[in-house]
Amino acid sequence: MERDMQARRKRAGPPPIFRIIFLALFILFVLIPLYWVFVTSIKPSDDYLAVPPVWFPEQPTLVHYTAALFAYHGLTGLINSIVISVSATILSCLVGTLMAYSLARFNTGGPHLSFWVLSQRFLPPIAIILPLFLNYRLVGLQDTHLGLILAYTVFTLPVSVWMMFAYFRQMPRSLEEAALVDGCTRWTAFWRVAVPLAAPGIVAAAVFTFIACWTEFFFAIVLTSRDAFTLPTVFRAFLSFQGAQYGEASALAIVSLVPSIVLGVLVQKHLVRGLTLGALRG
Amino acid sequence: MANVEITGLHKWYGGGVHAVRGIDLTIPDKQFTVLVGPSGCGKSTLLRMIAGLEQVDDGTIEIGGKIVNDMRPRDRDVAMVFQDYALYPHMTVRNNIGFGLKARKFSPQEIEQRVTNAAEMLAITLLLDRLPRQLSGGQRQRVAIGRAIVRNPKLFLFDEPLSNLDAQLRDEMRVEIKRLHQEIATTIIYVTHDQIEAMTLADWIVLMRDGVIEQQGTPLDLFERPATRFVAGFLGSPRMNFIETRIEQANGTLSLIFDQDRTLPIDASRHAVAQKWIGRNVTLGVRPEHISRSGDNTARSGAGAPLKVLIDLVQPTGTRTYAQFRLNETEVTVELPSHTVEHPGTTIELMVDMSRAILIDPETQNVITE
Repeated sequence: MERDMQARRKRAGPPPIFRIIFLALFILFVLIPLYWVFVTSIKPSDDYLAVPPVWFPEQPTLVHYTAALFAYHGLTGLINSIVISVSATILSCLVGTLMAYSLARFNTGGPHLSFWVLSQRFLPPIAIILPLFLNYRLVGLQDTHLGLILAYTVFTLPVSVWMMFAYFRQMPRSLEEAALVDGCTRWTAFWRVAVPLAAPGIVAAAVFTFIACWTEFFFAIVLTSRDAFTLPTVFRAFLSFQGAQYGEASALAIVSLVPSIVLGVLVQKHLVRGLTLGALRG
Repeated sequence: MANVEITGLHKWYGGGVHAVRGIDLTIPDKQFTVLVGPSGCGKSTLLRMIAGLEQVDDGTIEIGGKIVNDMRPRDRDVAMVFQDYALYPHMTVRNNIGFGLKARKFSPQEIEQRVTNAAEMLAITLLLDRLPRQLSGGQRQRVAIGRAIVRNPKLFLFDEPLSNLDAQLRDEMRVEIKRLHQEIATTIIYVTHDQIEAMTLADWIVLMRDGVIEQQGTPLDLFERPATRFVAGFLGSPRMNFIETRIEQANGTLSLIFDQDRTLPIDASRHAVAQKWIGRNVTLGVRPEHISRSGDNTARSGAGAPLKVLIDLVQPTGTRTYAQFRLNETEVTVELPSHTVEHPGTTIELMVDMSRAILIDPETQNVITE
C-alpha cells in the first residue's frame, strides 16, 4: 500500500508549480471584480470609497437591493427583461431553425441568400435605429413588449441562423432520406430526425440569443420608455446629478447576473457540443 | 411483392449533367437484380429515383403496376439500406428498427413483436438497447437491414451497402444478404460498383455505363457472352486481357498474328465469322484463366500451337499464381496453378483456349458475333 503510494508520487513528478500559480492568478483576475461588485452591493453607503478599502462590511445591508428593485423599478425591468429575452430567444430559434434548415437542405435562394442573412449584421445598429424608432411610433409598437421582442428577434436571427446552418449542413442527408423512405413526410422527418440531431446547435444558438437580448441596451433605451423598459436601461438611473449610486448599481448587477449563470449551468453540456461544430458523427 | 417497370427514364442534374439517359428496364417479382457499373454511371441515381428521393425528369416508374412518379417515398412501400447505414444516432437500435412502423402508426404491441422478430432473424437481439455509435460496422449494417425488413415492404433497395465494411466482413454480409433473399423472397434492387458482389448475389445483372444500360442478363450469361469490350472487361477478376492483333489466312487456316511470327490459330467453329475479318485489325479478348501452360492437363486438346512468352512479373495468391508477360505492347495476365512459375524471367509455353476467347471490333468496341 505504502509502496503503491510512493510509486504514484514518483510517477506524478513535482507538482506543476507554474501552472498552479498561473491558474491562481487567472482565477483572481476573474473573481476579484465580481467579488467587489458583490461586497459593494451589501456595503453601507459610507464604505464605498473608504481608504483603506473595506474588504467586507461590518454591517452588511440589503437596502441597496430594495432600493434598486423597488424605488428604481429594477424589479419591473427584471420581469420585462425576462419576458422579452425569453420570447425573443424562442422566436429567434424557431424561425432560425426553419430558415437554417431550408438554406442548408434546399439551398433556398441559391448561394447568396445565406450570406445576405449574415450581412444584415454588418450594419451598425445605430444606422437603423432612427427609422426603426419612427416606424415603431407610427404603428404603435414603441414602448411595447412586442416591439422589443420583434426587434431583438430580427437582430439576433442572422447569428442563430448561421450557427444552425453550419449544423444542418454537416448532417448527412441520408438520415432524413432514410426517414422519408421509412414513412415520414418532409415535416416529420425534419422534426423527428433533423431537429433532435441539431439540438446542441439549437441550444448554443439559444444561449447566444438570450445573452445578446439580456445585455442589450441601445435598442431598449431608444424604443422603450415607461412600460417595456428592460433591466440594462435601469442602470442609467444610477448616474445622476446627485452622484453615482454604487450600491444600487452593484445590487442590480448581481441580480442581472443570476439568470445568465443559471442558464449557463443548465445548458453547459449542450453548449460545449454545440460550439464544437462538426462533432456530430453518424 | 412487386415487379418494377421502368420506361424511358431520364434524369438531368443542374449544370446540364445527364445522369440517366433513357433507361428501359423490367424487374420481375422476387428477383434479385443488381445494378452495377463504374462510379458516375447513374446506377445510384436510378435507385434513388425508384425510392422517390430524386425527381423523375422524363419517363415512368411503375411499382406493382402503379405509376409512382409523383408518389412520395413513404407511399411507395419500399425500404432502402444506405451506404452509410443512415441509422438515427439519437435512437436506440430498437427505436431505429421500429421507427418506420411508428411513423406508420402501428400499435406498440405490433411494433414490439415485429422488431423482436427482425432482431432474431439478424441475430442482434442483444443489441436492441444500444445506440448506433456503440455498434461495430457489421452490426450497424445488420440494424440497417433490420430497419428495412421489419416493414415487410414490396421492394428492397440497397445502395452500396457493403462498401464501408472491411473485406472479410463484406464477404460475410454478402452471404447473409443472399440468404436473406432466399428467406424472405421479395424483390431486391441492389446497387454496387463491385463486380464480385454483382456476380455472386444477382439473379439478374444490369450493367450500366454513362447513364444507359450496356447489357443485362444472368451473371453467367454476361460473363460468358459479353456484348461489348466494356462488359467483358468489367466482369471478372483479374480482368480480361485485350490484345490488339490482326486476322490472316495461311495454308487454309485463319490465325491471329502477333509479333515475331507468334500466331494463334482460330477455332474451326469461328471460321465463318472470322472470314469477313481477314486482313483487318481485331482485338482479342481472353480471360487469364483461359490461358494455361502447354502440357497441363487442363489445356484443351487441339487448341493450336503453343505461344512462347517471357514472364516478367509473378504474383502468387496461394491457390493460384498470376503471371504477366508482354505481347504486342500489351501486358497480359495469365492465371496458372501455384508453383507453375516461380520467378520472373522464366520463358514458358502457353496455350490459349480460343473457344472461350472473344474477338472485338476495335472501332465499335462490340464483340464480333454473326
